[in-house]
Formats: sequence, C-alpha cells, structure tokens
Amino acid sequence: MTAATTPSTRPQAGPPRDYRFPFFERVRLDNGLGVIVAPVPKLPIVSAALVVDAGAAAESAGAEGVAQLTARMLLEGTRKRNGDAVGEQFERWGAAVGASADWDAAMLSMTVLAPRLEEAMSLFAEVLLEPAFPERELSRIKAERLADLLQLRTEPRGLADEMFTRFVYDKSSRYARPEHGDVASVTSIDRATVEQFYQARYRPGGATLILVGDITVTNGVALAQRLLGDWSGTTPPAGAVSDKPARTTRALHIVRKEDAPQSEIRVGHVGLPRSHPDYFPVLIANALLGGLFSSRINLNLREVHAYTYGAHSSFDWRRAAGPFVVSTAVKSDVTAEAAKEILLEIARIRADAVSEDELTLATSYLDGVFPIRYETTDSIARALAALTVYDLPKDYFDSYRANIRRVTAMDVLHAADKYLHPDQLQLVVVGDPTVIAAPLAALDAGPVSVYDAEGQPER
Amino acid sequence: MRVPIVTFRLANGLAVTLSEDHTAPIVAVNLWYHVGSANERPGRTGFAHLFEHMLFQGSAHVGANEHFEIVQRAGGTLNGSTWLDRTNYFETVPSNQLATALWLEADRMGQLLPAMTQQKLDTQRDVVKNERRWSVDNQPYGTWWERLPALAFPPDHPFHHSLIGSMEDLSEASLEDIAQFFATYYTPDNAVLSIAGDFDPAEARALVEQFFGPIPRGAGKPPLPPMELPAHFGSWERLVVPDAVMLPRLFLGFRAPVFGSDEHFVASVLAAILGTGKGSRFQRSLVRDREIASEASAFTFDLAKGADLLIADVTARPGVSAETLEAEVVREIDRMRGDGVTGDEVQRAVALLETALVSSLQSAGDRADKLSMFATYFDEPELVNEQTARYQRVTAAQVSELARRMLGPDNRISLLYVPADPTADSHASAEVGEPVGASR
Repeated sequence: MTAATTPSTRPQAGPPRDYRFPFFERVRLDNGLGVIVAPVPKLPIVSAALVVDAGAAAESAGAEGVAQLTARMLLEGTRKRNGDAVGEQFERWGAAVGASADWDAAMLSMTVLAPRLEEAMSLFAEVLLEPAFPERELSRIKAERLADLLQLRTEPRGLADEMFTRFVYDKSSRYARPEHGDVASVTSIDRATVEQFYQARYRPGGATLILVGDITVTNGVALAQRLLGDWSGTTPPAGAVSDKPARTTRALHIVRKEDAPQSEIRVGHVGLPRSHPDYFPVLIANALLGGLFSSRINLNLREVHAYTYGAHSSFDWRRAAGPFVVSTAVKSDVTAEAAKEILLEIARIRADAVSEDELTLATSYLDGVFPIRYETTDSIARALAALTVYDLPKDYFDSYRANIRRVTAMDVLHAADKYLHPDQLQLVVVGDPTVIAAPLAALDAGPVSVYDAEGQPER
Repeated sequence: MRVPIVTFRLANGLAVTLSEDHTAPIVAVNLWYHVGSANERPGRTGFAHLFEHMLFQGSAHVGANEHFEIVQRAGGTLNGSTWLDRTNYFETVPSNQLATALWLEADRMGQLLPAMTQQKLDTQRDVVKNERRWSVDNQPYGTWWERLPALAFPPDHPFHHSLIGSMEDLSEASLEDIAQFFATYYTPDNAVLSIAGDFDPAEARALVEQFFGPIPRGAGKPPLPPMELPAHFGSWERLVVPDAVMLPRLFLGFRAPVFGSDEHFVASVLAAILGTGKGSRFQRSLVRDREIASEASAFTFDLAKGADLLIADVTARPGVSAETLEAEVVREIDRMRGDGVTGDEVQRAVALLETALVSSLQSAGDRADKLSMFATYFDEPELVNEQTARYQRVTAAQVSELARRMLGPDNRISLLYVPADPTADSHASAEVGEPVGASR
C-alpha cells in the first residue's frame, strides 16, 4: 500500500461565478423571416442555422421521407451550379455545411471562419432559395437511404430503435414509421414530390435564420436582410402528428438475430410532448431513473450486475408525444434478468420519493453543466433552433437553472407516477430467440411474439 | 489565433500545462498517461483498457462509483479513453470546482490500490466483455478495429494486438496485474496534466503542487520492443472477411509518416483530398459520379511512433460487388499516384482542416486534450499553435510526391468485408473466399 499523499477530505467549492446564456437578439424581417443573432466573439468563427417548418411532421401520407430528401437535396445543385460545384465551393471557403430534417423541422447549417462568412453566406442563401433538385442526384440520394435501410437488417442497435417505434405507435401515426422514410415511401418519391414539398414548406413565414459567433447584431440582421429579404411567402404550421399508441397493454416483441452474443433491449411507451407543463419534473425523474451515468438503471445493470456496458433512459421530446425508452445491450443469457431489473426500477421510482441526496445528484448536475453545454457556436445555434422550433419563452435559457433547482422529490414522484405506465410498456429485444424466448416468456410480463429482421411475425 | 500556454514541471516529474480562457466559468482538467495497449504483456491483451475502467472504481478517499457521482454532482462531465500508446482521463467542471477535479485525479494517481477489490475487478471485467460484444462482436464490420492493426503491424510489434482484448485474456487479469501496472505506469513522471479554461494560474499551480506534489516518482517503465518499421509494407496483404453484413466494405491501408512529422501534415492533407467532405475525390467520383459507394472516407490513425496508417474506408452501394468496389477504389488511388493533386484540391482540404481545428479549440476539454497530446508525444504543448501554419505550408507538389511514394501496391493492406449470407445482396456474393496471402 502506498503512503497517504492526498489530503483525505475533499476540497470545498467556492461560490460559482455568474454565467448567462449568450445574449441574443430576435427580429422579424418584413417578409416574415425570423432572425436571431448571438454575438459570441471568443474565436473568429460563425455558425449559421436556418430552421424551417419542414420536418417529417409536415409530410403527407405516402411521402414519408420527403422532408429529409428535400433538405439533403438543397446541397445537390442550384440553378447556377451543380452539386459538385456547390460542395466544392463551400469547402474551398472552409465551410462545413449540412442539411437534414428531423420530426419537427428541417435545418440547413454551416460553420465557417469569420473572414469568409460573407461569401459563404451568399452561397448558403443560394442553396436555400434556388435549389434545382436534379433528377440524377435525387435518385442517388434515395439509393443511399435505401442502402441505410438495408444495412439496418444486420445492425442491431439501429434495428432495435426502429422496431421499438413500430411496436409502440399505432400504424396510423407518422411516428410508427422511420423518421427518414421506409423502402416503400422513399421509392415512391419523385422530383415533383420534392419540388412540391419545398414550394409549400420552405417559406420565410415559417423559417428562422440563426447566426452565432464573431458577428454583431447589426451586421447579422443586415446580412439576413440583404441575402434573404426578397424571399417571400408563408406556410401554415405543420399539422399535429397523431401520437396514438399501438396498444395499451404490455407486450414483448423479439426480433430475430441468429447467434447474437448480445440482446439489444428497448423498453418504453409513448411519452410526452415538448410543450408539456411538467417538462422539468419529468427531466429530473428521467435523469435519476436512467439519464445519468450514476442513475438507478445504469448502476443496477452495469455496476451491480455487470449485465451490460451501459444502460440509459430518455424521453424523445417532439411537438407531439415522442417515445420514452430504456435502452441497453446485454449478454444474451441474462436478457430476461435484465428486462426484469428494468421493470423493477420503473416500478421503484413510481413507488417511493427519492431522497433529497439523490434528487440533488440530478438537479446539481443539470444546473452545473448548463454553461458547459454552450461552449461552441454550433451548440448555441442548435439551442436557439430548439427555442424557435418548440416556441419556448424568450427567457427559457435564463430561467432554466432556476426551473431545475425548483423541482422537489415530490414533483419527481408525481411525474414518475403519472407519466410512466408499467402496464403499457412494450419490450422489444433484438436477439437470438432460441436463447431468450423461453426466459422472457417465463417473466410473465406479457405475451411474447417473434419477428424476423424485417418485422414480419414468424409462424 | 493562439492558445495561451504556460508550462511547468513538478519535482516528481509531472509535466503541467495551463491555458487560460475566461469567457465562461468552466475549466477542463485532462491527464494523459503515457501507457496504452502497446505496453501490455503477452497473455494480457485488453489490460490497459480494463485498467482504465478500474480507475473509476474509487481510490483511497473515494468510494466505489463515487468518482462519477462527485463530478456529476459538481455539474461536470467526465470520461476516459484508451488508445494504442496512451490513456486519458478528463473532466470539464464549473470553475469553482477545479480543486475537486484535481483532488480526484491526484487521489487515484497517488492511492488507487487501497480501493481495489476482487469483486470490482470481476464486475469491470464483465462490463468490458460486454463492451467488446457491443462494439466488436455484435456490430457489422465491428472486428475491423482489431483485424486492421493485426494486418498492419508484425506480430511482435506493440501495435499488433487487440486493444479491447480477447475474452480469454480478459478472464486472466488479476488484482496482482492491477497493482503491478499501476506501480509501473501510473506515476507522475509518466503523465501530463493540462488545465484549460477559467482559473487563476497562481491558485491552480498551488493546488497542483499541493495535491500531486507528494506523489512519488515511478521507478521507470520497461522499454517497449523496437517500434521502428520500414516506410512501406513491401507487399499488398489482402484479407477477405465474410461477416454478417449486407454490403461489402473495403478498408485499404497504407503505411504513412508518423504523427507530428512535417510529412504527416502532408499525409493528412492527402487523406482529406481523398476522403473528407463533399468535394473530396471519393465523394465526387465513387459516391456521386460513378455511384459505386454509399459511404466513403479516408483518415489517418495519428500514431507518433513506428509508422502511422492512412486508411481509405469505402462501403459499396447495393448491387455493387466486392470485386468492383475494390477495383474502383484502387483506381482512384492509382489516379492520385499517377497524376498527383492540384493546388485547388490542397486549398480545399487545408481550409476544411483549419475550420475543424478552430471549431474544436472552442471547447475547453478539447483544448486541454490537444495540449496533453502534444506534451505527451513531443514534450511540447506549444505545438498546438503550430498546426494551422504547418497545414498552410503543405503544397500540391509535396502531396503529389507523397502519393507517388506512399500509395503504391508495395505499400498496401486490405481488409474486405463481404456478406457471409449469400442472399444478403445478390450481386455482392460472387467472390466470397478465403483469406488470400501476400501478393505482389
């Protein structure tokens, strides 16, 4: 044993220094475009993000995936230059660009060194306002999506996520189908579908430009006015997505992966919409249940039982109710034991109030980590994008830490009791049925069905 | 743009780098130990990484699982990672928690062993075995992480064996191994400490001296076997791996100049021209124009000893055979080898590398990690401020010359994954075969 060297008592922390989320200014141009500028002059770099109400929630039935395809097609050619030239020009200015759509919005984003901002922004505006949607690039991008879907069949993590949403949401819900479309919908989308979606949804009335970094408010607004001031039109907000559950009783779904050394487990049900008034109590309850490394589920499954490399839980916050899910991968022969522990932890957090000590693990973490989340221009731009998309109050960031600290142990208990539904849990396991089916059935946690890697019921 | 740097060294050999930035009330603490899987002895593959797990299991004054809890309760983020030649531990915390972060790191550097128990070792061994199943055994193409170094380095070379380790070797690890590894490698003279962000330099220095100063210097570590390697493989060894995958994927590797050398900057630019961004050759030619690949990139491993590796990583489009995939990737490589690159291509690559560099330096944790890296490998954290200039000095002539020298068939290895189930992709199964030996 080594001689004692470190002082045996932990140092006391002094008072924290004040921190405020970066100041930002929000204005609306005459054409309806929202503009947010956050001057963060720390390094000579700027991140830009254009968010538009053109996410998967805005798609019409049969065209699932068009939101993502449209976003990606922005970078595949304009009326002035082809896709190769677009990519190459951005990159010669050192601009890292991306375009994608999630459930509630599409986002065109860029990070560039400040001296090249003007040039890069003019091309940013060109791809946004004058996309050409070349047929050839569309068919290539569709093929890339189909390749991703094909790869999923042997990729257990992604497959488990995909199957989970399919078993949780009713067939009529957009949320039951993959965010970026499935084989049937993606195959059916043609240039006209993309063009129509773009024309209908990409309008300044439903869009916001966010600029963060080494730029002033005056210059940012002037840049937006100059490049996007002539853009016109508006768009009705995307209609509400149904978040109807597939079933209201517990069931187990095994998706076959022969000889799998591990089972990918997903346990959960339909969660809550982002606008829910109990957002903060639910956030803390989830952090303690499975959101933190030191959460109950991770400590139980990893540090006590060594079933897994890691286990966590989350609420996926969307405009309508996204899923609540516990995720882990465990050694195949302990699949049922792990599932049982997950069910026990969900029951336990609903049964008794957490101690004050446990509560502050989550509240002091989320309070303290707040400034660490916003170190980069890109992360600040994303936070401001969320503020816009979910229509959060302007003082959301300034009041965030107080809202976290305000949550009590009773709030957590009420949230867990009210919003976790043990009797409605869907247990989805991608694994080897010959090893896991009998023990899972013996759990007596609900009826067990077995599916192939495409989700078709066996026998 | 320059990162401010102050360095000093404690009497026990601990090299310390401080880098102030008061824009936000946060501070990053980052420790690199100059030990990785390369230092493992035969029969103990995976030990360096298993040991990293044990460092989160408490120390003399920190209980089991308390390390994570203390940092998270303080409002901080933390982790550790193991690589071939180093292991790092890091946390970013609110700046008023600097003392706690330093105290935690010092406690486990000075007095880990009182907290080690057989039960903790057994648990972490099983956790790591699950990490292996999760990242290697149950992931399509997951074995590339160990197959590629095994192909690239001779069997007696320290970089040859698996970093995550074999199930058998993990089962063999004992508490005695823990004690020995700790005494040999986890010493102040085999570590560097970096602190970046919002702190008072005098106070930080005093804390470092108070907490780390009393930890005794180590007795020295055994020398590694010779790391030096010829600049070229001398042949093209090819391995075909049938796997539970849907699409063929090729890893084509080349021996490259070691990390930190002027030539390594040239090799990084070469890799970016081949495979970073939409304007890269792979994207333009293989993904967009010829529609051979669904994904394509190129990167370097950044190894500072022996020889580095440059890897082209290309996944086929559905319907494209493994044979076609390989032929088309090789054609792109040969084209660069034969015709060289243009000034425009170099400019594009350097501009992207520059933006990525500035982007990453925004984060205190990344800044501290880079300082530790340059301090560990070259004893010169100031190199963090040289990177941009060194990229900017790279010319098209240099890249073309390196391409000619480095990308030939006498300097290749390849790992070609093919669907084991011939129905996976009807066009991709024609040439599923056994590993083939060295050719050329």
